[in-house]
Amino acid sequence: MAFTSWADFWFMGGYALFVWLSFGSTYLLLLGLWWYSKRQHKQIQQQIRAKAAREQRVRQHQEREK
Amino acid sequence: MWGSMFRWLDPYAKPETLYHLCGRLLPYLMGLALFTLLLGNIWGLAFSPSDYQQGDSYRIIYIHVPAAIWSMGAYSSMAIAAFIGLVWQIRVAQWAVLAIAPIGAVYTVIALLTGAAWGKPMWGTWWVWDARLTSELVLLFLYLGVIALAGAFSEAARGIKVASLLAIVGVVNLPIIHYSVEWWNTLHQGATITKFAKPSIDPSMLWPLLISLLGFALLLAALTCLRLRSQILIFEQHRPWVRQWVDQQQGERG
Amino acid sequence: MVMWRALVQRELQLLGRQKADWLNPLVFFLLVLSLFPLGIGPEPGMLKQIAPGLVWIAALLSVLLSAERLFKDDYRYGVIEQLVAGRQGLFSYVTAKICCHWLSTGVPLVLVSPLIAVLLGLDWQSWQVLVVTLLLGTPVLSLLSVLGAALTMAADKGGILQALIILPLYIPLLIFASGAMEAAATALPYTGQLAVLLAFLLFALALVPLAVRQALRMNVG
Repeated sequence: MAFTSWADFWFMGGYALFVWLSFGSTYLLLLGLWWYSKRQHKQIQQQIRAKAAREQRVRQHQEREK
Repeated sequence: MWGSMFRWLDPYAKPETLYHLCGRLLPYLMGLALFTLLLGNIWGLAFSPSDYQQGDSYRIIYIHVPAAIWSMGAYSSMAIAAFIGLVWQIRVAQWAVLAIAPIGAVYTVIALLTGAAWGKPMWGTWWVWDARLTSELVLLFLYLGVIALAGAFSEAARGIKVASLLAIVGVVNLPIIHYSVEWWNTLHQGATITKFAKPSIDPSMLWPLLISLLGFALLLAALTCLRLRSQILIFEQHRPWVRQWVDQQQGERG
Repeated sequence: MVMWRALVQRELQLLGRQKADWLNPLVFFLLVLSLFPLGIGPEPGMLKQIAPGLVWIAALLSVLLSAERLFKDDYRYGVIEQLVAGRQGLFSYVTAKICCHWLSTGVPLVLVSPLIAVLLGLDWQSWQVLVVTLLLGTPVLSLLSVLGAALTMAADKGGILQALIILPLYIPLLIFASGAMEAAATALPYTGQLAVLLAFLLFALALVPLAVRQALRMNVG
């Protein structure tokens, strides 16, 4: 352990702003990318599902017409 | 010879197989990535000793160096994927280009941001036109160019092919750009700023750095898996297996 | 070779008819150059100091902008589709296009360089170096611009996209060309920079036409 107390740890020997700014922005960006990619994946699945459902409806409709 | 050497890889070039492989690997990769990343960073932040010259500000190294190294690693893997995709016409390799590009761009932004936050206390300024910084900035522009070009076509498959070609052109140019910038900088500035006063780094600082490096690599792999799955779904959405799989997913959920 | 000559002739004829295609970039170049003294003040000392970078940035932009519409008409009229399907003339077409693009944008820049020297207060020696860097560098500019135009040919968004993907590739050229001029202005040896420029030119000449051909095929296929 390089620090004696929690306050000491957060203070980072006077470089708190720079150290926490870097770590904060890094994790924010990585989380953002993860969240965005995850959401994209879900959205694509939803779109495919919606498309399949619509095609099914159209098919049923056509069959009823006959 | 080459044909038979890589024959065992053939099934993985099939989108369906690759999709499920990525899906199976994803939780392990993500778990491992999170574990190593947190281990390396917490070790580096709290347990490794502070630098005798730079004090505690040097701890930014545990994200700055991995992000910088893997921003270039991501570019080369993107270019390799582009090359494979174009030469052997393997579509999943082309899709991987588009999966990797945004991750590489984010890594590059991280490297630039943390570099700025490190430069301010050490050099007294957020930005200097140092050779390394400038090359990293150009790398970001190259990533943005690939992403923009891929998105500029109404026919997505064509956009990806063209963007792959640009990625290859970029990787040929990258060393030229790097050495030109280095030459330009040394001409203008004389003394270059070195990040470490001493060439060798103490093991107590090196271990967390290596672990963080591994963490960023694993994260790159995990994010690539996730994003590649999206790409596969986009390009294969008319295939029966995709329809089946999506239905199955819904069945499991509801 | 016969085909190449015919294609060059065709390109030159087109350029002769559409004078705006090569006159506008030239006017743009001079206009950008004359904006700088207005923007940062007319002191001859300062102008002389920034002249190398200035001339090269202006040249870079004007060549880049001139390439934007390079393939659009041929693409719309199906010329490129024909060439791709024909499997024969595409490479000749690409080299003819690059050659004529340089003739219509690079050479005029060299020809107006005495005027630039007067405008920016360059001396005899600096002007000579400027001409040599332009002669070595503008073909590279043309090659890369043609590549940019080929990559974005069928894209929905042209213009600024082309600049975004090609400008980073210009950086080495910008560095060494303005470096040579700067060295000449301070009476340092500059042949090294010129040799590097020549190396860039040969390297680009060897690889870019192949990449352009591939890009055209992808945009059509």
